[in-house]
Amino acid sequence: MKINDVILQAITKIVVFIILTLAVYLFFSGHHTPGGGFVGGLVLASAFVLLCLAYDVETVQKGIPFDFKYVAALGALIMLIVGLGSIVFDVPFLSQSFTSMESSLFGKIEISTVTLFEAGVALSVVGVVVTIILSISKDV
Amino acid sequence: METLIIILAGILVMVATYLILSKGLIRIVLGAAILTHAIHLLLMTMGGLKKGDVPLLGENAASYTDALPQALILTSIVINFAVTAFFLVLAYRTYQELKTDNLNAMRGFKDE
Amino acid sequence: MSTVNMAIFIPFIAAMLIPLVYKKLPRLHIGWIVLVIPTFLFIRLACYIPTIARGETYLYTAQWIPSFDIYFSTYLDGLSMIFGLLITGVGALVILYSIYYLSTKESLQHFYIYLMLFMGAMLGVVFSDNIMVLYVFWELTSISSFLLIAFWYHRKGSRYGARKSLLITVGGGFAMLVGFIMIYTMTGTFHVREIIAVIGEHKESHLFLPAMLLLLFGAFTKSAQFPFHIWLPNAMEAPTPVSAYLHSATMVKAGIYLVARFTPVFGGEAVWFWLISGVGLFTLFWGSFCAIRQTDLKALLAYSTVSQLGMIMCLFGIGSASLHMDANIEAVLYTQATFAALFHLINHSTFKGALFMVVGIVDYRVGTRDIRKLGGLMAFMPISFTVAVIGSFSMAGLPPFNGFLSKEMFFTAVLHVRKLDIFAMDTFGILFPVIAWIASCFTFIYCMIIVWQTFFGPYRREKLERKSREASPGMLIAPVTLALFVVGIFFFPNVLGDYILKPAMASVFPSFQSDNYLRQPISPWHGFNTELMMTIGILIIGTLLYMSRRYWKGIYNLVPDSWTLDNLYNNTLTQMEAGSSFITSFYMTGYLRHYLLYMYVFFILAVGGVLVYTGAFDFHMANDAPINSYEWMIAGVVFTSAIAILFAKSRLTSIILNGVIGYAIAVFFVLFRAPDLALTQIVVETVTTALFLLCFYFLPPWRKENAEPRSKRVNLVISIAVGLVFILVALSVKSGKLFDTIAVYFENADELAGGNNIVNTILADFRAFDTMLEVIVLLIAGIGVFSLIRLKAGKGAEKIED
Repeated sequence: MKINDVILQAITKIVVFIILTLAVYLFFSGHHTPGGGFVGGLVLASAFVLLCLAYDVETVQKGIPFDFKYVAALGALIMLIVGLGSIVFDVPFLSQSFTSMESSLFGKIEISTVTLFEAGVALSVVGVVVTIILSISKDV
Repeated sequence: METLIIILAGILVMVATYLILSKGLIRIVLGAAILTHAIHLLLMTMGGLKKGDVPLLGENAASYTDALPQALILTSIVINFAVTAFFLVLAYRTYQELKTDNLNAMRGFKDE
Repeated sequence: MSTVNMAIFIPFIAAMLIPLVYKKLPRLHIGWIVLVIPTFLFIRLACYIPTIARGETYLYTAQWIPSFDIYFSTYLDGLSMIFGLLITGVGALVILYSIYYLSTKESLQHFYIYLMLFMGAMLGVVFSDNIMVLYVFWELTSISSFLLIAFWYHRKGSRYGARKSLLITVGGGFAMLVGFIMIYTMTGTFHVREIIAVIGEHKESHLFLPAMLLLLFGAFTKSAQFPFHIWLPNAMEAPTPVSAYLHSATMVKAGIYLVARFTPVFGGEAVWFWLISGVGLFTLFWGSFCAIRQTDLKALLAYSTVSQLGMIMCLFGIGSASLHMDANIEAVLYTQATFAALFHLINHSTFKGALFMVVGIVDYRVGTRDIRKLGGLMAFMPISFTVAVIGSFSMAGLPPFNGFLSKEMFFTAVLHVRKLDIFAMDTFGILFPVIAWIASCFTFIYCMIIVWQTFFGPYRREKLERKSREASPGMLIAPVTLALFVVGIFFFPNVLGDYILKPAMASVFPSFQSDNYLRQPISPWHGFNTELMMTIGILIIGTLLYMSRRYWKGIYNLVPDSWTLDNLYNNTLTQMEAGSSFITSFYMTGYLRHYLLYMYVFFILAVGGVLVYTGAFDFHMANDAPINSYEWMIAGVVFTSAIAILFAKSRLTSIILNGVIGYAIAVFFVLFRAPDLALTQIVVETVTTALFLLCFYFLPPWRKENAEPRSKRVNLVISIAVGLVFILVALSVKSGKLFDTIAVYFENADELAGGNNIVNTILADFRAFDTMLEVIVLLIAGIGVFSLIRLKAGKGAEKIED
């Protein structure tokens, strides 16, 4: 299905980057302000959806050539590994830990296994949503 | 406010139930989606409405609104999305294969 | 992790790796690699023998579900050592044997996966200290046994046997689980060690007897005791290595293990004594009686296993009597029965394993196991013949084989028990030696049948499928090894007694530990006593009966065929299937609307009914937050769009209206101070609407509901009632505060989880497990959507339905 919609495509090119930036911001700010893995992942996915609406699926797939099913599975795997990691340290499954460090450049930085966990969530969400959308639109 | 929201959720439940009981596939999918909205409103109300500030510790407020229902609803929203997507595809694939969306016509064979 | 924990996990890990290795090395018989595992475990366990023999035990505990008192704790003592050695030792021999028995054309990877699964589960059963963990492994052995019996699933008999064994053993397992829960209710612990320590205070509890009975139910079904023995003969449809391993050496002894393990808990009770020794004695008799009429060698061996298991069971029952007394000389007489039981347990595994393997060889070489066709194989298979003679004579209780020793000890025990003056034994005690002696006569007869019918007599080439010749040397290693043990144990029984049996006795009788009474030296010669006379009697009477058996075979026809337990089982199953299908088809009409109506009507009646019945309704608006004018407007929007959906004329309208409701609710979330929810809701609603529109082309048209007015009215009434019940319950809950909020705990999120966003910390820290499972749900839905769309059934696929 070829859509010839120049205005939408032109806007999409710019907007997608804004959405992506928003997604990354939401993802990283999640632990302290609204946001997090779910929203980040969903916003990221909606960027792909917009791309698919503005261009056709083949073009998008050419630009982003990975299989989103694997992305989803990778996300779940990351979560599992983070969870199992805590068993190695002899604490119950999925216990998170955090620490903060001072950096001259950025000030206080907090490092936490939650970020990894959330990354797994986000990857899974992106993978699943895009898989669903792509498989429906390929059926057209 | 709470009473209003509860009654509103109740009306959503009525609508959803009526839709789910109908024969058309799409109505059922929509009914399930609306039912989730009603449940979200209910959960939200159970934690108390506008009882404190946004549950962000950075705000340094005197009291925060109950965060637990919010966490539950957040989980529910995502699951609802997954279920709706699955229902939707199930509905349209069923329609494609069987050429009908009437549930009564979809009844399986007698001798199954 | 301790060695014992590893011993349980290694087979499971191996089971996971087998498919990979199988693909990588298609030319190699995978059994050679699998063989390494039991051999390694056997050696590793054997290293513990010296320390265990000194009376040490190893307890290792790992957390599993601490909040439910479920710990993955393993316990290695003398009793579990015996079983551990049997499982790994016989396991190694059986795998070695199976390498030659199963050709590479069979689906070997499945076979060895199931076998490893079984081995891990069985080791789990004997090493677990926590009874819940024990139960999990217990059922796992049933399942792996099911899979192995149904290995040749294209045969009807295999499927039948597999289902029968599963139904009976898992049924017993459920009963046992209930028994375990009762024990937990009484004692408050799941640990066998602690149960033994505190059970004395609970002997008067009304749960004590039911718990014991349910536990025994599980043990009897697993160990094929009468009347549950009927599954074992049908289980012989499994490949012979499986029969030798699961259905004679290990799995069927799990019930015996359970009885031994729980003897310190329940032993000394009259019911325990009578049930175990009575059922065991009768099983001993019935198994040997039924074995004689069998024409299939494996069925004969199955019945003989039933009979031998009954004998071991009976000995444990007699031994438990000693717990009724204090540790004095008299009590020691009865502990000898337990000693004999443990001894015979090992002996039985050796000679029965060897016999099964020989029968497997005969079947493999000649193509039949029917004794009416077999005969005269001695000349062709001299080594198999020798092993068969050693095995059978040992089973018959003849010297110089280990079976003789344990059989003599069995006679000693039943002769002693006659003199017991508790449990009303003075009246019925005489039955024990009499029945034991009769059963031993039958045992002698079927042992002779195995040897004579197979290896002597005329050789009938025309009835056999293949030309007979001796098996390959590799196939003979395992049975010959077992036969060597049969002979070796006869000559050096006390090595086994000191190192293996004595520590096991200490675990069965922990209260007698200080005394040295627990071990008696085993000697083959006691002089001309009653036991020897009994054996000589068996020899004479048994030979006479064997010679004349065609004259008295008529007694098997006295009871009509329709009266057998098998028939009872089959009929019960058929009746239950018919009954449940009748009931199910009564309400499962195939209309979704009906199912939903059941649920809704139940909801209205149950929830609404409780509300009315308890008078819990309570409503006041005192604590309500004030409502602004714009909030009224949003509520109005939701209300209007909800009602409008009902009257929508097209798909597009209804989809958009649904979107409107979603966005309005997002606005509500903003008003209710839930920024995370509002964000998520908006994005999700957008994506959902996009999804709806993507599918738009495929979706069925929006038709007017052309249902009958009557069913429409019913729907309307039901939905209004559901909504009303919902509102009433919600209002009552809102008005009455029964509990304090627990959200205060989460307000420490910064210290506990290092985050300022409470909602996010709940999701990712406090309840991370939920979140993980939620993502899994999402993943499953994604895979579901993908496969629904991609994997369309081809034209040919419709035939699967038939």
